[in-house]
Amino acid sequence: MTELQSIASQVRRDILRMVHGCQSGHPGGSLGCADLLVALYFQQMKINNRKGKGGYLSFNMDGKGEDLFYLSNGHISPVFYSVLARRGYFDVTELATFRKLNSRLQGHPTTHEHLPGIRIASGSLGQGLSVAIGSALSKKLNGDKTLVYCLMGDGEQQEGQVWEAVQFAPNNNVDNLVAFVDVNGQQIDGSTKKVNDNRDLGAKYKAFGWRVLHVDGNNMDELTTLLRKIKRLVGKGQPIAVMMKTEMGQGVDFMMHSHKWHGVAPNDAQLEQALSQLEETLGDY
Amino acid sequence: MKKYTFTEKKDTRSGFGAGMQVLGQTNPNVVALCADLVGSLKLDAFIKENPERFIQCGISEANMIGMAAGLTIGGKIPFATTFANFATSRVYDQVRQSVAYSHKNVKICASHAGLTLGEDGATHQVLEDLGMMKMLPGMTVINPCDYNQTKAATIAIAEYDGPVYLRFGRPVIPVFTDPDQKFEIGKAWMVNEGTDVSIFATGHLVWEAIQAGEMLEAEGINAEIINIHTIKPLDEKAILASVKKTGCAVSAEEHQVAGGLGDSIAQVLIQKHLAPLEYVGVKDTFGESGTPAQLMEKYGLSAKAIVEAAKRAISRKK
Repeated sequence: MTELQSIASQVRRDILRMVHGCQSGHPGGSLGCADLLVALYFQQMKINNRKGKGGYLSFNMDGKGEDLFYLSNGHISPVFYSVLARRGYFDVTELATFRKLNSRLQGHPTTHEHLPGIRIASGSLGQGLSVAIGSALSKKLNGDKTLVYCLMGDGEQQEGQVWEAVQFAPNNNVDNLVAFVDVNGQQIDGSTKKVNDNRDLGAKYKAFGWRVLHVDGNNMDELTTLLRKIKRLVGKGQPIAVMMKTEMGQGVDFMMHSHKWHGVAPNDAQLEQALSQLEETLGDY
Repeated sequence: MKKYTFTEKKDTRSGFGAGMQVLGQTNPNVVALCADLVGSLKLDAFIKENPERFIQCGISEANMIGMAAGLTIGGKIPFATTFANFATSRVYDQVRQSVAYSHKNVKICASHAGLTLGEDGATHQVLEDLGMMKMLPGMTVINPCDYNQTKAATIAIAEYDGPVYLRFGRPVIPVFTDPDQKFEIGKAWMVNEGTDVSIFATGHLVWEAIQAGEMLEAEGINAEIINIHTIKPLDEKAILASVKKTGCAVSAEEHQVAGGLGDSIAQVLIQKHLAPLEYVGVKDTFGESGTPAQLMEKYGLSAKAIVEAAKRAISRKK
């Protein structure tokens, strides 16, 4: 196991334990996107490593001089929270408060409770790409050369606002922006094909003027190679879209190949069975 | 009755445009966004002088609101502009999640509010915007009354850190407030001190309230007129002080009576000082095509309607 893979294994354990702890939340997409978020936060993104109060990473909302990440499909908050905590924004023990009363770890990410690392509320789908574009424009106005990353779901592509944003970005040369679409082919009511077929998403983004790349989002080597390539492709007049093929529930055999674990928590036995498939690498919270 | 005169009539949206021009020259963080209505929003001067700080969004208001939220990250002060209907009801969820709940420093600036949009008719005549926006926690809601006050409000909201809804309109109306006024968010303006009835008016209805005050004076009724330009946060202190003196009130707004300024005042009176309140507003109906003057008359938003409401309120006093 590489270092990134080992972190991803721990993040997957965190996800399962968080969702089990409150018996609610969305494990499927979280498990599928664990590799991307780990690769972004532990290797790709330029992050201010200065430590503040309590030894945690100091967080500044404006994020000047830092690469920024926006999670548009906010329901996969477990993976976001775990990665932020493991990266040092807050204590990993706080993951145990997920979805509980008076927690900063709300069901869907929010700035409202001032959790370090979160810059926008998301959950109502389709809004994150617009926010990411605005953030990228803000960087351009500030002469800030750092980048903006955004992650959306594939089911989310059914929202109209996504396409307003997809049309805007290439027309305005927002080339400091990288948008990932988590193509796991599943949504709450079934496969995306059955519910409302997205057809060829990559071709659509290309037609709108994006530079489109494809990757296996559950292959860490492929992911890190792609992310290195992306660093050379930004700043060339075009926003970049990555169609990232993932498996919902990746890492837990009985959660894969189905939409059933989109928003269902494992019971005690299922948790035990799931955790037995994922090595505890950094220590459970 | 204090005399109010005017030498010219102007639209409040032009006051917004003038305020934006000032901000363009004085505040380098101010960015303007518009969804294909640059001329209607009077943004030409700002765009001409600050082309790099103008973002043409095209006809995609949801994306505009989201981008405005994103622009605040990095310290920009985005003014997202379009017609009031498209700035509120069309994008309510975007405003709720990306702006209000996320507490972003976005200024949502909306023209062509209410019936006075006129001939375009009910599809465009939003009469629910104040209610929708004031319900959002942390949202400041402002509805200025003339060109000068709109200009001053536009400049003032750039200095305030937090989400704001600024509502103005299309018709040319008398310019009667001080051109050099300092706009204080949340501070009601005493237009005329009186003793018999409190008339609380906002937006285009303030000039109507002044005319109503003169008509009431001719009948021996001494009306207190207060301009509530900030619907939220509401100047409860000014409202209570006035009603404690006069014993009854009238609210006047170019908005549905449900959920508007009148309801905000009613909440204050019910909880803190019970007194008769009469509403002047649109009564649970959509608008229609017509000239602004015709519509204001037909839907009961005139000085005459305020006079009648004032008399009803006075007659209900114990």
